[in-house]
Amino acid sequence: MFGNLSWDAIPLNEPIPLATVFILIIGILGLLTLVTWKGWWPYLWREWITSTDHKRIGVMYVVLALVMLLRGFADAIMMRTQLALAAGHAAGYLPPEHYNQIFSAHGTIMIFFVAMTFVIGLMNFVLPLQLGVRDVAFPVLNSVSFWLTAAGVLLVNVSLGIGEFARTGWLAYPPLSEIAYSPGVGVDYYLWSLQISGLGTLLSGINLTTTILKLRAPGMGYGRMPVFCWTALASNLLIVAAFPILTATFAMLLLDRYLGFHFFTNDSGGNPMMYVNLIWGWGHPEVYILILPAFGVFSEVIATFSGKPLFGYRSMVMATMAICVLSFLVWLHHFFTMGAGANVNAVFGVATMIIAVPTGVKVFNWLFTLYGGSIRFTTPVYWAIGFMVTFVIGGMTGVLMAIPPADFVLHNSLFLIAHFHNVIIGGVLFGAMAGYTYWFPKAFGFRLHEGLGKAVFWCWFFGFYLAFMPLYVLGLMGATRRMQHYADPTWQPFMVAALVGAVVILLGIVLTIVQLVVSIRTREQRRDLTGDPWNGRTLEWSISSPPPAWNFAVLPTVSGPDAFWSIKRNAANPAKQSPLEPLSVPTHSPLGLLVSFFAVVLGFSLIWHIWWLAFVGLAGAVAVCLRHAWRIDLEDLVSVAEIAAHERKHQTQVSP
Amino acid sequence: MSAAVDVAHAEAPEGAPLSQRGPAPTRVVAAFGFWLFLLSDIILFAALFAAYAVLAGSTNGGPSGAELFNKRHVLYETGCLLASSFTCGMMMIAMDTRSTRLIYLGSLITAGLGALFLSLEFSEFADMIRGGNGPTRSAFLSAFFALVGTHGIHVTVGIGWLAMMVGQVATIGFAPMVVRRLFCFSLFWHALDIVWIGIFTVVYLGVYR
Amino acid sequence: MSVEVEASDTDRAPGSHRSSRDRLRSYLVGLVLAMVLTAASFAASSSNLVWSPGTPVLLAVLAIAQMGVHLVFFLHISSAPDSTNNVLSLAFGIFVVGLLIFGSMIIMANLNQNMTLNDQMLDMHLQR
Repeated sequence: MFGNLSWDAIPLNEPIPLATVFILIIGILGLLTLVTWKGWWPYLWREWITSTDHKRIGVMYVVLALVMLLRGFADAIMMRTQLALAAGHAAGYLPPEHYNQIFSAHGTIMIFFVAMTFVIGLMNFVLPLQLGVRDVAFPVLNSVSFWLTAAGVLLVNVSLGIGEFARTGWLAYPPLSEIAYSPGVGVDYYLWSLQISGLGTLLSGINLTTTILKLRAPGMGYGRMPVFCWTALASNLLIVAAFPILTATFAMLLLDRYLGFHFFTNDSGGNPMMYVNLIWGWGHPEVYILILPAFGVFSEVIATFSGKPLFGYRSMVMATMAICVLSFLVWLHHFFTMGAGANVNAVFGVATMIIAVPTGVKVFNWLFTLYGGSIRFTTPVYWAIGFMVTFVIGGMTGVLMAIPPADFVLHNSLFLIAHFHNVIIGGVLFGAMAGYTYWFPKAFGFRLHEGLGKAVFWCWFFGFYLAFMPLYVLGLMGATRRMQHYADPTWQPFMVAALVGAVVILLGIVLTIVQLVVSIRTREQRRDLTGDPWNGRTLEWSISSPPPAWNFAVLPTVSGPDAFWSIKRNAANPAKQSPLEPLSVPTHSPLGLLVSFFAVVLGFSLIWHIWWLAFVGLAGAVAVCLRHAWRIDLEDLVSVAEIAAHERKHQTQVSP
Repeated sequence: MSAAVDVAHAEAPEGAPLSQRGPAPTRVVAAFGFWLFLLSDIILFAALFAAYAVLAGSTNGGPSGAELFNKRHVLYETGCLLASSFTCGMMMIAMDTRSTRLIYLGSLITAGLGALFLSLEFSEFADMIRGGNGPTRSAFLSAFFALVGTHGIHVTVGIGWLAMMVGQVATIGFAPMVVRRLFCFSLFWHALDIVWIGIFTVVYLGVYR
Repeated sequence: MSVEVEASDTDRAPGSHRSSRDRLRSYLVGLVLAMVLTAASFAASSSNLVWSPGTPVLLAVLAIAQMGVHLVFFLHISSAPDSTNNVLSLAFGIFVVGLLIFGSMIIMANLNQNMTLNDQMLDMHLQR
């Protein structure tokens, strides 16, 4: 009746997960009680949960990312503590089978549910505003994408309290991830959670690519789009092209585990190396999916706060599209040591070095943008400059490992760990924080506390170097990744230093929360009344903060890049105001939540082999989609009076 | 300084290139979004093709494709699918003329041919499994069943979708939303035939070397 | 928010602007070509007219040609400006498909060759 599910699934003999789950349940119940007591459900349901507005969905993605950052970082602190303790004869406090789940969960959560979610959230919020249109191409699908991602998050977190998580690392290589060697539910939690959220991401990629290519304000040809839109285009094209590979590969592993197929098994002709090959065919484009929007954020931030147009628009665009194409040509560098010959290794080694060139072009363009500008050193600029130093170091260590003989020494060592954290933290996270700070006033109508913002930056900056530079040294000394204990006590000082660095980063995360709370409580001091707190250059700053549901009362006509800058320059000769017309905005829809609810049911029941419940989940999801297919009333009409009132109010605040 | 959005009426200048004419109409947007989805689906098939190409030789001592596949059977399957692609095209022309009767006829024939294809494929699979050559026998057979089976699942979903569209035409009529969806269905159905070209060439005919 | 319009000059999905007769002709030509190419593929696979090592190449060419026929005559891919996004996306997709399939084949062949156990190691592996 309940498949493999039994009371044994609850980890009563493991204090750490048990305590965590207990705290989580208390916290969630407390939150639900608060919301119910204050009567916020109707508002939350109508305005957030069932919203199809890209601005709301973008904010929800970012909130999800920040929450999952706490979970992923808790895993990191646990690992660092274990390694600081477990030198020589000491055993640390985490048994190996638990430690293996922690590093697997850490990687999975950080990549799929923090980095991807943050980046997609920023793109969701900003793109229609920068493109001068009212919403993305498929607003209801946007909501579905978000809730499918949330469904994946839920499944991963449920694994804490019911069952276990995978012990196979964040990519679950076979044969270890095959049913013979991982008979438990952990790998199944991993696979189903990522299949569900992967579908959401793919749909998002389709949605945003279509938006950028087919929905832009009149006059905004490709050469007049902000550079953030170009990097978002490249990133979303990569999502559309790469995520199906992930889906197919995981499906093959699932077929092996559930139906006894032999794609990647050790016997009957299976080939585990094929999994590694395919998964990195997705995995390498994935890291470019993460970094390209961050590059876009920096292009916007640096141009705005230098008071100059971005240097070398065309070369930026060409570098971006070159990275998009080249990212598919380097994937073997993730498995140089798996046994390919020297010729094949050399080809991919050279290709990996080539892909560093367009990134270098971008760095020079940013530097040339700053040069000669009147720079305002706001928090986003701190993140930008910190990024340029940190990411370049990380990139250089990557090119170092692109040399196959060097990689034979360094593959899967702590040097590798240091490299990818260097580029992901220095690149993606710094970019996400810069974007968060830069666009926060647009989303909420007030700026974040500047002093605390800088404190957050310094904690992350110093904390990162303290946490990861020792790991470069340790890697060169022979320390491998995913180790729960080590014999050589001379490594311990470095591990302790790394722990201190992690604690400094933890302080940064705590300060981020403090900054948010303080900023909300003192928001009247930093109100953004004009909608343009930074003297921006692009169209999102031309409307109120927060923008109305319809974004633009009349779609702007664009005649060059940096459209808003031109509008401000021509403010002395404004174009004639055109008459307002009633507008349609997409209405709210529960489809996203309902589909995802059934997706969770389906995923959970497949994990525990409760076949009748899986059928219910699938049937429910299909039924909900069919019901939606017959909905004709998908838009709300906004009256001219409402639009006019909003425009009047915005005008009086802009020029009082 | 006034930083208001002073704009002219949202119209691009005459003779502007397509990229500057403002947001595309919903039909174009929906069709392009679906086109991207089809491309992603084809890449999914490519991963399965890659697995097949790599594992096709790993028969684990069992029979290879040359011993298992029946070319005449495949020719019938190919004929069914190609014909259904054609009738789907006819159905789209009927949609332009808003003739419900022709659309019902066209969709019945298209779905019928698709169902015939599926029954031929199902019988092939059943024979193989009964002979002990199911997907669990070897990596080659796993890859075969996964690749061809995934295509079959897509055809099944397509037939279900077509049935739903007939229901929408019957109940809602030719609203723009319904017309868009029928167009997307036809893209899907033609794309499945393109994938089948790859399958019959690589999997079934490729063995007869 | 995009505008809901019915028929007008620029609003059609690519290829849907021609008359019914043109489109009927397109489907008929496509069907005939596809049938010819299919028959040719089946014939080539069992015929002795072509030097047998060349048969896979011939099959590949016929398959690509038929895919092209489907794309042009059934899916209405064209070089018109409203089709440019579709063509570029298709090109990107084909690029990725080719890399994935041929890249995987080359890499896995390379790996399999280098990772083949010699007899002694095979005995050890099978514990004989």
